Amino acid sequence: MNLAEKILAYASGRDEVKPGEIIQAKVDMAMANEITGPLAIKAFKEIGIKRVWDSGRIVLVQDHQVPADTVKSAELHRIMRRFAEEQKIKWFYDVGSGGICHQVMVEKGHALPGDLIVGADSHTCTYGALGAFSTGIGSTEMAAVFATGEIWLKVPETIQIRVEGIFKKHVTPKDLILHVIGRIGASGATYRAVEFTGSAISSMSVSGRLTICNMTVEMGAKTGIIEPDEKTLSYVKQRASRPFRPLRSDPDARYERIFEVNVDDLEPQVACPHRVDNVKPVSEVEGVRIDQAFLGSCTNGRLEDLRAAAMILKGKKIDRRVRMIVTPASQEVYLQALREGYLEIFVEAGAIVSNPTCGACFGGHMGLLAPGEVCISTSNRNFVGRMGSPEAEIYLASPVTVAASALAGRIVDPTEYLGDEG
Amino acid sequence: MRISGKAVIFGDDVNTDVIIPSKHLTSLDPEELAKHAMEGLDPKFPEKARGGVIIVAGRNFGCGSSREQAPLALKHAGVKCILADFFARIFYRNAINIGLPVLECPGISGRIEEGDILTVDLEEGKIINETRKAVIEAHKLPGFILEILRDGGLIAHLKKRLGGMES
Ligand code: SF4
Repeated sequence: MNLAEKILAYASGRDEVKPGEIIQAKVDMAMANEITGPLAIKAFKEIGIKRVWDSGRIVLVQDHQVPADTVKSAELHRIMRRFAEEQKIKWFYDVGSGGICHQVMVEKGHALPGDLIVGADSHTCTYGALGAFSTGIGSTEMAAVFATGEIWLKVPETIQIRVEGIFKKHVTPKDLILHVIGRIGASGATYRAVEFTGSAISSMSVSGRLTICNMTVEMGAKTGIIEPDEKTLSYVKQRASRPFRPLRSDPDARYERIFEVNVDDLEPQVACPHRVDNVKPVSEVEGVRIDQAFLGSCTNGRLEDLRAAAMILKGKKIDRRVRMIVTPASQEVYLQALREGYLEIFVEAGAIVSNPTCGACFGGHMGLLAPGEVCISTSNRNFVGRMGSPEAEIYLASPVTVAASALAGRIVDPTEYLGDEG
Repeated sequence: MRISGKAVIFGDDVNTDVIIPSKHLTSLDPEELAKHAMEGLDPKFPEKARGGVIIVAGRNFGCGSSREQAPLALKHAGVKCILADFFARIFYRNAINIGLPVLECPGISGRIEEGDILTVDLEEGKIINETRKAVIEAHKLPGFILEILRDGGLIAHLKKRLGGMES
């Protein structure tokens, strides 16, 4: 069995599972945020049982509209708060204590190798980077998990992506995943697990692996997954909120398809409006004028991302016609970026630094675009209307490309624009 | 379970941001959500759907976020069933869980025209195009999914299963 199958076998109490089989599995952790949580809470109450299955295995996070921008979102926050109190939910991250739900899950040690995790948010697939099987579900289904701790799942086929080579300077894991999505397509991995392996993955930081697994849902995948190695273990050991069991693929593991990528010559990539799989090398879209640059989100709002952008912006000013928004992914990232001086660099460069929140990423409560405006963003979706007006355009790119483009006022190829700098 | 209605056609990769834009997500009221169903593609959709329609779409219907508000908005706007080549997986589960039947039917998108009258037989996995007198085969739903749909969704289904356990 491959890693995904092994986790599902373990979670369903079986010796073996095969793709296509439907299993009933026990979940290790369940997560919801204030957009999906209130509906789940409402549905949970309708079931008519009093207590959640395990108050120590539910994580609730306020992150999408934080701090509350309208009375309505304040009410959603309050529904979460009351439920957490009523049910004595152990892991409740209120405004000011957590950050974006997916970053909180990994940073606080709730997502661990070998786990089966479900989250009421599509980017739950992020934690596969730590060797977990993690997947997004909806609110009603979350209510059922709150009640029973179990879920039915179809064992997916797995696509293996072997990544070899060494990234050129200014080319990042984000460029790799955009390139892969461009090749596989927005629905090319639907219902499947996508396992990443190869020397370029082994040499990649945990932060970069999180970026990659985060975006697997943009090709329809049920989860992205990477075998845990020394790097994974040293990351989770200091953070784990409970014991865990790292699992690995068997040597004779079966894959539906193997896909090979070499990053030696990979150029920085950009996903052009309005599809995440409309991916082009940045050299083909160079020169497009931008009105806004966004650095943040569960894809690229980690310390490493902020550091990369800060090194580029240091001592410089972003173009006067560009507004740049920087949103650290969590309180921890925020504090660390503050200590290391990156926030100062951003402010001096003319950017706005916001509190940790989903914010601009999903056009919720800040950083919206007017009709006709163009944004370059480190987030994961460029759908019509995602960041405000349906007539605005969003380009997705790496933190490096976004920072360089903010300086230039137009989309630029950072390998040329920056040369050896940064 | 047999469902009848007029077909409304959509293309490939219809995402949840266009089905229900994020600015409406603060509402928990299905009727309010329904007023904005498909706003990103066709603001007139709620008018069209009133009284009951069947959506016929291409590949990857419902891709994007996990927002259950998407199938909820469609259901309450009057969508009785969705037929597509295939669905994005979270949308597929969400629709079933809220009691909105969804049926995978590869190749359907080219075989039905806007306004055709359809009858869907969920148990048999068959679609009858009454207008064109044609029968189209779909993937049959597994038994336990049919059961959830018959009960009217996952909550009603669980109530039946667990309701008596605790009082
Ligand atoms: S940062 Fe964006 S993609 Fe990530 S959870 Fe928040 S809204 Fe979703």
